Amino acid sequence: MKKLILAAILIASLSFAADIETSGFVDARYGIRTQSDPNSDQETLNELRLQLSSIWYHDLFTLTARSDFLVNGVANSHDRIDLETGEGPIDLRELNVLFTPVDWADVKIGRQILTWGTGDLLFINDLFSKDWKSFFAGRDEEYLKAPSDALFMSFFPSFATIDVAYMPRFDSDRFIDGERFSYWGGTGLTGTDLQTDKPNDWFNDDEIAVRVYRTFKGVEFAGYLYDGFWKTPQGFDPLSGQNTFPKLTVYGASARGALAGGIANLEAGYYDSRDDRNSTDPFIPDSQVRLLAGYEHELATDLTGSAQYYLEHTPDTDHNRHVMTVRLTQRLMNQNLTLGLFTYWSPSDQDGYLRPSAAYKLTDNWLLEARGNFFFGKNNSTFFGQFADNNNVALAVRYSF
Amino acid sequence: MKKWITAILTLASINTFALTVDEIVEKANQVAYYAGEDGQADVKMVITDAGGGERVREFRILRKNTGEGTQKFYVYFTEPADVARQVFMVWKEVAQGKDDSRWLFLPALNLVKPIAPGDKRTSFVGSDFVYEDVSGRALWEDTHELTGETDTHYIVKNTPKNPDAVDFSEYTVSIDKETFLPVKAEYLDKNGKLYRRVEATKIETVQGFPTVIESKVSDLARGGHTVNTFNNIKYDTGLKEMIFTERFLRRPPREATR
Repeated sequence: MKKLILAAILIASLSFAADIETSGFVDARYGIRTQSDPNSDQETLNELRLQLSSIWYHDLFTLTARSDFLVNGVANSHDRIDLETGEGPIDLRELNVLFTPVDWADVKIGRQILTWGTGDLLFINDLFSKDWKSFFAGRDEEYLKAPSDALFMSFFPSFATIDVAYMPRFDSDRFIDGERFSYWGGTGLTGTDLQTDKPNDWFNDDEIAVRVYRTFKGVEFAGYLYDGFWKTPQGFDPLSGQNTFPKLTVYGASARGALAGGIANLEAGYYDSRDDRNSTDPFIPDSQVRLLAGYEHELATDLTGSAQYYLEHTPDTDHNRHVMTVRLTQRLMNQNLTLGLFTYWSPSDQDGYLRPSAAYKLTDNWLLEARGNFFFGKNNSTFFGQFADNNNVALAVRYSF
Repeated sequence: MKKWITAILTLASINTFALTVDEIVEKANQVAYYAGEDGQADVKMVITDAGGGERVREFRILRKNTGEGTQKFYVYFTEPADVARQVFMVWKEVAQGKDDSRWLFLPALNLVKPIAPGDKRTSFVGSDFVYEDVSGRALWEDTHELTGETDTHYIVKNTPKNPDAVDFSEYTVSIDKETFLPVKAEYLDKNGKLYRRVEATKIETVQGFPTVIESKVSDLARGGHTVNTFNNIKYDTGLKEMIFTERFLRRPPREATR
């Protein structure tokens, strides 16, 4: 607790220097299952969070520090600071320095949030870490993105923009591991801690992600490359009994632009599962082709709708997983009330996931929020079906400053 | 020779004393939205709802004229806290059949999100201003008629060519004869009833350009209003066009943060 206060004071005191912008919020959030789960507690969230954010705009660089300080009633590892998983009293979101060494390049070094790709809550070429626990627990949507420790370089030659992200040590997703949420354990639903063997050798178990993009006649075209590991433990080592992160390379492309008064996007990727190219090892995921097509349009004033189709095709088994999503966002009362619904539905797995939300800005500073996470599925073993015991609602009050 | 002189004098007098309505709206449009090669201002927006509740938005707006009527806008929010450091960018188009391009940058996600061209009559950040009030409405979208003239103002009635695309049936603009600045616009709803008023409530000359430094929109149907105050106004600072790109959405330039 002392450390927590010291760190908070450190960030806050930065703001007394010149040219520093400081902001933040206090967020109290409580989540509870809407049914019981034999494998987990009833509460899914019970936390008080302070976020402090400082940016120092210097002539030569921009320094960003943003961290969350938590008092957490649900996490198992409540007292231990673990910056990798973000569990514990400190979740460091950003600590980076950005500078422009030459006119045609920017460099950002340190902990940062990285995002690219065209999908809406579906990701093909964005292989930066995600935090599925936060997503399922009804935290703010920004927490779906987990931070990466990276060297990020952007180059701006005349013909395109080139982004290169280098993560010297593999950052996995913050995946569902039995803490807070139960999952399919191979024979049934379980809440036992998922045992994993994570590649964690600095500079050996590294990741690199590249994007090259340019806009042509109003359409943004991009090519992507990723070289690293599957972001969730989809492999299994029968000798050690541990779940593993097999090697993965992804090649992809996307296009996005205005179409008939809306925004259309297309994205594709080839997932080359390098540890099992011949699909002989049943414990390692097969290579896949992934496709995504989406369209967003304003349906009426302050009502926006979007739909996506997503496909995972496994050539070796000729298996297809289809997913459809629909998002509706309605803003009311001078845009102070936002009602939202995001729906995943897979006709092939016969499962889905509903994410309703309501947020009301009581004043410029106070926000009230309610979120729901409802999973359904015919089978317990499918992607969303396995979370059927995790249906929950979360309520939050936030003060921003 | 006499004929020539008369002809020249007649032409000159037409130009000076009898502008056509198209010339008036064209000049007014230039003065209101295109002053200088570029411009910037710090905007404080106070939104008062019918019940008297107040919300405040603060942002820096950067603008650059980029071609024949096209412009680029960069809006960097500083208040309220939950939208601080968000950036809204517009590439404005005026040619018929071409849509504006709009983007939003969300710093917490480091996400650049294109926004559907959509409805320009949607409220801008929850205020009584609509997107079109901020970047301007293309002249070809209305027919213009000079319906009156006082010693100081032209009165121009504007009727939308496509009435289904907008929430008004017509609007009347008062244009200052000396500066050509539009100082008041009143909107009639589909039943011909006055429901919306936009006013330039304070005007100053900045670097030689007549400039609105306070404006007000009143929602006469529901009873709320929004007042914009403009500070730190500068023209022709030499803004570079490269600021209006994804690079500088992700990394706000000093022109936006200082």
